[in-house]
This record gives sequence, C-alpha cells and structure tokens, in this order.
Amino acid sequence: MSSKQVSFKQLTSPQEELPKKVVLGAGTLSWIVLLSSWFLLSASDLVPTMFLPSPMDVLSTGVRLAENGTLFEHMWASIQVVLIGFIVSSMLSIPLGMLMGSFKIVQAVLEPLVNFIRYLPVTSFVPLFILWIGIGIEQRVTVIFFGVFFQQLVMISDVSRGVSKDLLHAAYTLGTSRSKVVTQVIAPASLPGILDTLRVTIGWAWTYLVVAELVAATSGLGYISLKAMRGFQVDVIFLAIVIIGLLGLLTDQFFRVLRARLSAWAN
Amino acid sequence: MGQLAEPLPSTVSDEQQKQDNTTPIKEATTSEKIQLHIDEVTLKFPTSTGTDFTALDKVSMEVRENEFAVIVGPSGCGKSSLLYLTAGLNSPTDGEIKVAGKVVDGPSAERGMVFQGYTLFPWLSVSENIEFGLKQKKMPAPERKKIVQKYLKEVGLENFADRNPKQLSGGMKQRVAIARSLANDPEILLMDEPFGALDSQTRMQMQQLLLQVWEHSKKTVVFVTHDIDEAIMLGDRVFVMGARPGRIQKVLDVNIPHPRTLDMVMEPDFISLKREILSLLHDDLSEMH
Ligand SMILES: Nc1ncnc2c1ncn2[C@@H]1O[C@H](COP(=O)(O)OP(=O)(O)O)[C@@H](O)[C@H]1O
Ligand SMILES: [Mg+2]
Repeated sequence: MSSKQVSFKQLTSPQEELPKKVVLGAGTLSWIVLLSSWFLLSASDLVPTMFLPSPMDVLSTGVRLAENGTLFEHMWASIQVVLIGFIVSSMLSIPLGMLMGSFKIVQAVLEPLVNFIRYLPVTSFVPLFILWIGIGIEQRVTVIFFGVFFQQLVMISDVSRGVSKDLLHAAYTLGTSRSKVVTQVIAPASLPGILDTLRVTIGWAWTYLVVAELVAATSGLGYISLKAMRGFQVDVIFLAIVIIGLLGLLTDQFFRVLRARLSAWAN
Repeated sequence: MGQLAEPLPSTVSDEQQKQDNTTPIKEATTSEKIQLHIDEVTLKFPTSTGTDFTALDKVSMEVRENEFAVIVGPSGCGKSSLLYLTAGLNSPTDGEIKVAGKVVDGPSAERGMVFQGYTLFPWLSVSENIEFGLKQKKMPAPERKKIVQKYLKEVGLENFADRNPKQLSGGMKQRVAIARSLANDPEILLMDEPFGALDSQTRMQMQQLLLQVWEHSKKTVVFVTHDIDEAIMLGDRVFVMGARPGRIQKVLDVNIPHPRTLDMVMEPDFISLKREILSLLHDDLSEMH
C-alpha cells in the first residue's frame, strides 16, 4: 500500500502534510468501511430488513424510481427549494453583510437583532410561516432562507470587518473615496471569505430541506421520505438521504471550484 | 526656512563644525519653496483613565520642495502619527498641516504613502497594483499602461509585472508600493518605515534604489525611520524627534553629496552626524527615567 512510504512519526505529527495518495486512500477506506458495514449488517439477521435495507435494495429502488421519472421530479422540486432559498438569502446577505462589516453604525443597528434571531430554531417558525405564507413553495423557500440568512449575515460581516485597515488607508492615499473603498477594496478582499461562507451555508441549506418539506409539500425528497415512513418503505428513505447527501456534496464542490477559480490569490 | 545645523556637541571639533556650516546646504535642485508646512500640530488620544495621552505636542516643521526629509526617533515617539496626519488619514487635535499651500483635511492622491506593513492589494497583479491610483483618476488605458511601464522599470520589476504580490519577496513588495505611490505623481511622498521589516542587506539595496528613484522623480519625500544610519544615508535633512510627548528636538543638515554610497558610513561627516543624533536620542531617553 502507498502508506509504506509514510512513517509513523509523519502520521502522528500535528499539522504534518501527507502524500496525496495517502489522503485519498484514507478517505476511500472510510467509505469502504461504512458501505461494507452497512452491507454486512443488512445481510445478517441482526436488524430486520424492514428497518435497514441493503445497499442493493436502495440502489434498485433508485433505478426503479429513476426509470418511471418520479425520482427526478422530486429531486428537481427539492433543488428548486434549496437553490431559490439559498440564492435569495445570499443576494441579500452579501451586500448587507459587507455593509455591516464596513460601517459600525449598520453593525450597531443590526447585530443585536441578528444575534437574537440566528439562535432561534428554524423548526419553531414553521407553523408561523404556514399561517403567514401558506403551503406553497414560498413557505418551503422561506424555511431555507430563514435557516441560512442570519448565519450568512454574521459570517460575511465578520469577513468584511477582518479586511486590513492598512489596505483601506493605502486606497485612500491612492485617491479612492470613502464610498468607493467598499466596492474597490472591501469587496474584492472579502471575496474568498464570502465564497467560503457560501460553501458552508449551502450545506446547511440542504440540512433544512426535510424540515421545509415536512408539512403540506406534494413533492420533493423530504416529501417522499416522509411518505415512505408512513408506508414503511425504508429503502426510499435511505435513497432520499443518499441523494440529499450527494446533491450537498455537488454544491459544496461547486463552491470549492469557484473559490479556487475566482480567488486563486488567496490560496 | 533654510535651517542650518545647530552647534554640534563637544564631541565634534569646532573646526569641523565650521566646515559643516560653510558647505552649501541647498542642492541645486532643491528650491526654497515650502512643500510641507506643519504648524504647531498637537495630537491627543483619549485613554481609559480619562486624561488624554499627548502623542504629539505642538510639532512644527517645514519641508522644502524636492527635499528628502527624514524623521528619526525612537519607537512610540509619534512618527507614524505625524505621517498619518500629513496624509490626512487622521486629524490633529490642534494645529494645521499644509501641503503645496493647501490645508490637509482628508486623504488624497496628492499625498502618496508607503506603509511599514505590506499593503499591496493581493487580488491584483504587480502592474494592476501600480495602475490602481490611475484608474481611480479615470485615466485612459493607453496612458495608464505607459505610466505603469515607466515605474515598473524604475523599480526594476519589468519581469514581474504579472506576478501576484504573494509571490514577491518583502523588498519587491515595497518596491511595488513605491511605484504605486509615485505613479500617481503626488505632491509629496510619505514613507513610514518602509524598510523596517527587511533584512539588513535588502534594506541597504532598497535605500540605494530609493535614492535613485528620488533623483529621477525629484519628489518631496518625508521618510520615517528609527534607524540612524538609514536617516543619514537618505536624508537632505534629519528631523530628530523626542518622545513623551512626541516633538521635534532638532533639525540637522546632512551635507553629504549625492550619489551616496554604502561606504559612506565610514566617513567622518557621517560618523559625527550619527554621534550627534545618538546623543540627542540618548539624552531624551534618560530624561524620561
Ligand atoms: N489610536 C491610538 N490610540 C491611542 N494611542 C495611540 C494610538 N495610535 C498611537 N498611539 C500612541 O501614540 C504614540 C505614538 O505612536 P506612533 O505614532 O505609532 O509612534 P511611532 O510610529 O513613532 O512608533 C504611542 O505611544 C502609541 O501608543
Ligand atoms: Mg510607527
């Protein structure tokens, strides 16, 4: 195995880099362990199939639902909810967060409120949203928005506040006005941090999906897994979980690549 | 105006002193026009104890057009504060600062500054950094390119135009910062210990480079340092500051002709000036205790 070239000392030294091969191998290993334990556990008699389907069952359910088209319909419904909620939230939180990080007065006005709201559990607002907004897609989007927006706001304002004052001073002595300094210095300097924030928070957006589709949804991955619960179709629940995970991974990688492309200077 | 060196302490012979005073202070290129006028400037910072901390106490100084003025003083004596006030990045509690006859009331491209820390914009390449100020002025692109090219050459970084600041050494970064300020053609160039973080070899190279650049551009420069050798090596005049409160103790003429070279540090003129500055700084320190 490739780990032959790696000494015990290297593995146990804090912050020591490892060869790429070893890192990839370790990641693959944990997946193999997880999948094979799942396989063995479902093949044994320890857990009834009713509670734990085998990986093959989940796969064939996936193929079946993909063939009759329902899988993509539900995936698309969920993707819409997450993306609309996330995009609307980001479009507001990026400018507002930058203002909050740039101007102490904006921070003074918003921060106490935001810090209160962001610790409220999103689930506790679902009944309220239903009363206010109804049971359409708007309600589901609102749940995602609410789960993500206030966190983004705080994280992005921290990023902007962290921009070195020396850079601002340099820009001033080069003829940049106070208002322009926000767009010409604070914005580009914040970009890597903002992309990091988006990458982290899109993950959270996916975690709110099932909560968003908990009530009154008629399609979506959260919806089919709730329906499957009532019909004891554990394989469908597993399928929904796996697909949400994969979609989350995909969006995560999207932001990883975007960050590497747009702000290579910060790497 | 035209301040002469004040009498040297007894460590220097009277003869030498006379010699110093008779050499022409003014270089042919230095005009009589006052470019920087600092008039009784006081700067106080509020403290937690309630009584204000006086960082600068009625500081007055004048720098002539095209002059290379150096401010030397111990750490914490208010050198940076004075430069920030001159740049307009901070306002004095009392007093007034004028550059080219205009009262400073905020930062402007007319007062370029090179900072002690690295302040290149890391998302821009070397040439884009130099171009930054020109873009602010909305100068047309062909003109911008010409000026960027000129200053890239001036600081010897033509081959690094497309590099990122991260890929540059500390000395190179400061060269870009100098080019970036000069590209704006400011009325005055303020430099706050720009070589303070560099190793001594690089530092000496940078001093030579700066002198060359200055000789080409003939800008009015105010250069802050705590390094006495650097002060004498660079300056037409050296303003010696004292601490607590920050003030100008004495102004010394450096009558050493250009071009100045590294072996200059061995020459008697250099050494006697160094001795005088050292004793001024030393006396100021011992008064505090
Ligand atoms: N923003 C500030 N608030 C309070 N005190 C300050 C501030 N900036 C500087 N000082 C104090 O003023 C004095 C002069 O600082 P500075 O101009 O940075 O000195 P120097 O550049 O000569 O080292 C120091 O004692 C410093 O602690
Ligand atoms: Mg300083």
